Amino acid sequence: MDLRLPSKVLEHIFSFVDSNEDRNSVSLVCKSWYETERRTRKKIFVRNCYAVTPEAVARRFPEMRSLTLKGKPHFADYNLVPDGWGGYAWPWIEALAEKSPSLEELRLKRMVVTDECLEKIAASFKEFKALVLTSCEGFSTDGLAAIAVACSNLRELELRECIVEDLGGDWLSYFPETLTSLVSLDFSCLDSAVKLSDLERLVSRSPNLKSLKLNRAVSLEALGSLLRLAPQLVELGTGSFSDKLDQEAVSKLSQAFSELKQLKSLSGLWDVHPEYIPLLYSVCPRLTSLNLSYATVQMPDLVELLSRCSNLQKLWVMDLIEDKGLEAVASSCKELRELRVFPSGAEDLDETNVAMTEQGLVSVSEVCPNLESVLYFCVQFTNEALVTIARNRPNLKCFRLCVMEPFSPDHKTQKPLDEGFKAIVEGCKDLQRLSVSGLLTDKAFQYIGTHGKKIRMLSIAFAGESDLMLHHLLSGCESLNKLEIRDCPFGDTALLENAAKLETMRSLWMSSCFVSFGACKLLSQKMPKLNVEVIDEHPPETRPDSSPVERIYIYRTLAGPRLDMPEFVWTIHKNLEIGVSNLAIE
Amino acid sequence: MSYRLPSVDKEGLKERNYLGLSDSSSVDSSTIPNVSDKKSSLNFKATELRLGLPESQSPQRETDFGLLSPRTPDEKLLFPLLPCKDHASGHKRGSLAKSDSNNAPAAKAQVVGWPPIRSYRKNTMASSTSKNTNEVDGKPGLGALFVKVSMDGAPYLRKVDLRTYTCYQHLSSALEKMFSCFTLGQCGLHGAHGKERMSEVKLKDLLHGSEFVLTYEDKDGDWMLVGDVPWEIFTETCRKLKIMKGSDSIGLAPSAVEKSKNKDLIPLRV
Repeated sequence: MDLRLPSKVLEHIFSFVDSNEDRNSVSLVCKSWYETERRTRKKIFVRNCYAVTPEAVARRFPEMRSLTLKGKPHFADYNLVPDGWGGYAWPWIEALAEKSPSLEELRLKRMVVTDECLEKIAASFKEFKALVLTSCEGFSTDGLAAIAVACSNLRELELRECIVEDLGGDWLSYFPETLTSLVSLDFSCLDSAVKLSDLERLVSRSPNLKSLKLNRAVSLEALGSLLRLAPQLVELGTGSFSDKLDQEAVSKLSQAFSELKQLKSLSGLWDVHPEYIPLLYSVCPRLTSLNLSYATVQMPDLVELLSRCSNLQKLWVMDLIEDKGLEAVASSCKELRELRVFPSGAEDLDETNVAMTEQGLVSVSEVCPNLESVLYFCVQFTNEALVTIARNRPNLKCFRLCVMEPFSPDHKTQKPLDEGFKAIVEGCKDLQRLSVSGLLTDKAFQYIGTHGKKIRMLSIAFAGESDLMLHHLLSGCESLNKLEIRDCPFGDTALLENAAKLETMRSLWMSSCFVSFGACKLLSQKMPKLNVEVIDEHPPETRPDSSPVERIYIYRTLAGPRLDMPEFVWTIHKNLEIGVSNLAIE
Repeated sequence: MSYRLPSVDKEGLKERNYLGLSDSSSVDSSTIPNVSDKKSSLNFKATELRLGLPESQSPQRETDFGLLSPRTPDEKLLFPLLPCKDHASGHKRGSLAKSDSNNAPAAKAQVVGWPPIRSYRKNTMASSTSKNTNEVDGKPGLGALFVKVSMDGAPYLRKVDLRTYTCYQHLSSALEKMFSCFTLGQCGLHGAHGKERMSEVKLKDLLHGSEFVLTYEDKDGDWMLVGDVPWEIFTETCRKLKIMKGSDSIGLAPSAVEKSKNKDLIPLRV
């Protein structure tokens, strides 16, 4: 009996399967399901651009319309990956231009994108609709002009925290008068001022515009006229919030804000002058997302503002909020799901506000039942606080604590924070992402290995005592997908003993640890399906096997060794004559 | 290509081989025991990596982190990793009182990428919290280091990318080109005062012998005369440039001399 469903029926069924994780499972069932699934998948996610070749992706998914690509490892955000390491978008864009000309959406994260890339996109994809670049670099505003002028169906153009060579604000003026399809525009990371009249015209001919994120150069006064043209906005990123406005201008602006009946998300707010904060009061009750992380607003003003945000789900703020402010948040923002508190002093710890301690986070955890995602920079913490937080919020999914001074113990007991993190991993059974900090011994990692069964991403710095730390993690954390470690004292043994684990993970990053060059070579030989990249300025020929390497980045790949490695990146494929490692590891 | 090594604070840095390892010892590190005698089988007794209570005999806290890659590959790895302990004075770790340490600069060692804040945020915050909130500080971007250059009396600013210059000479001739249109009317025809020149910047040539000096604001917010420090250090610390009238810079000269280790440096006077 032929039990196979006709492919048309399968196609129809699969059209209800949205998530790619599910689609991946579907494609493993049998050949015909694989074939049907691959011919119908439109949204493709490649989370490591070196894990697979663009040609292979294009071949497998002929109906690809949307591609999301990630390049550099996460620690590149903190300058730990040297310039020139890789992550180039060009090979992908070149291949897709030829093989997937119907591509409509491209979302790139931590990749090097040049003006040629942007020009190629503009020239090759006739139906192109969405370009979202996050933490990318390598292009200038000229490339943006190319996109603006050519993509006649453009819906989304978003530059999130990119490093752009800013040659001026002209690029915006290249959007043709015929372009009326814009839904989302984010140029918040650019410096230069765009021509206000061109921006106003663009906004007024974009009835579908839902998200507008301006750059700092857009004045408060200009904001007013833009808001009047786009009262339908759902997401707004303001420019600089500190002009000197006369009374009439202030009341007009206040009126404009109160017309934003759909506004759910607010960001920008650079240089906020306290006297203008009341302008925001009218939108507060509807806000679900508020990013004040660039607003140097002091606690009392923050409390005034946040006490009106009863529907807030996502809050990003600086430690200027202090413990008192977080208590106020706890009592006003009961719907809070995500909290991120950033340090205001940045590199100079002396400026960090000590009025924000572990107590602030404890207060929020006590009262906000939906809190599931936390990023918290703090100068001090205690085990007791961690235990309390874990008890209050077993539903935490993402917990990233950064105690800013490395090796800081519990500031009340001077003990390591092992017991505190034990409570977190034991109590929060659905924890998927964890960043630890403070003084931690191997015990902490034993606890994480034992209890952190759902942890997918783990970030560690300045912690642990020995190889056991790594062994606990690699052998215990079943769901581990991304592991990044810096400045921890472990060496080769744990890595080599748990080599097989590495094929089940997306990537492992280790820098300033104690992994020897010989171990890297041995690992490369044992595990051909991994790229073991040694990122180190010393040429490999001069490096003895026992010498530790500066950084290693290991990731599974179907694409084999990459062809674009700079001098300071070494894989075994580069110098096969260096030969077999002379280590003997059981 | 630019390749950044983990940078460590340059003052008070001591290189230590804390783990006391010989060349092959990273290989010899113990196999993973299944029993709890892990501590004794690992080589750490001889090292500083103990977790003592504050009053134990641990040395004064050194906070030089980060990996110092040895210049010669067969040097031992310098992995100065030391759990923080309280100062001998028993200060609580949580306090931010750093001034008690006579190693104050070392205690604030600049570790690359720590705390883990994105460069984008650092750059943005640097400009928000600086004293002049209207001006954007030098933004180290991908290969570019833009600083604003202003000049007394000029109607607008310029931006220069310090990384496109290799030495003071180069910078000064570029600035000369950029700002010459402002000085022509003012400078008259003074001859060069040959004797008093800063060794690296010929400001008189730059500014047609007029009464201007080239100054910069460093990352601590202090205004200094350009030319004090080696070029590389200058590009790292310069946040803004300003072409000041000579009379305004008089206050700078003594502090520039005090800061500068080279006491022979003669401040420019016109």
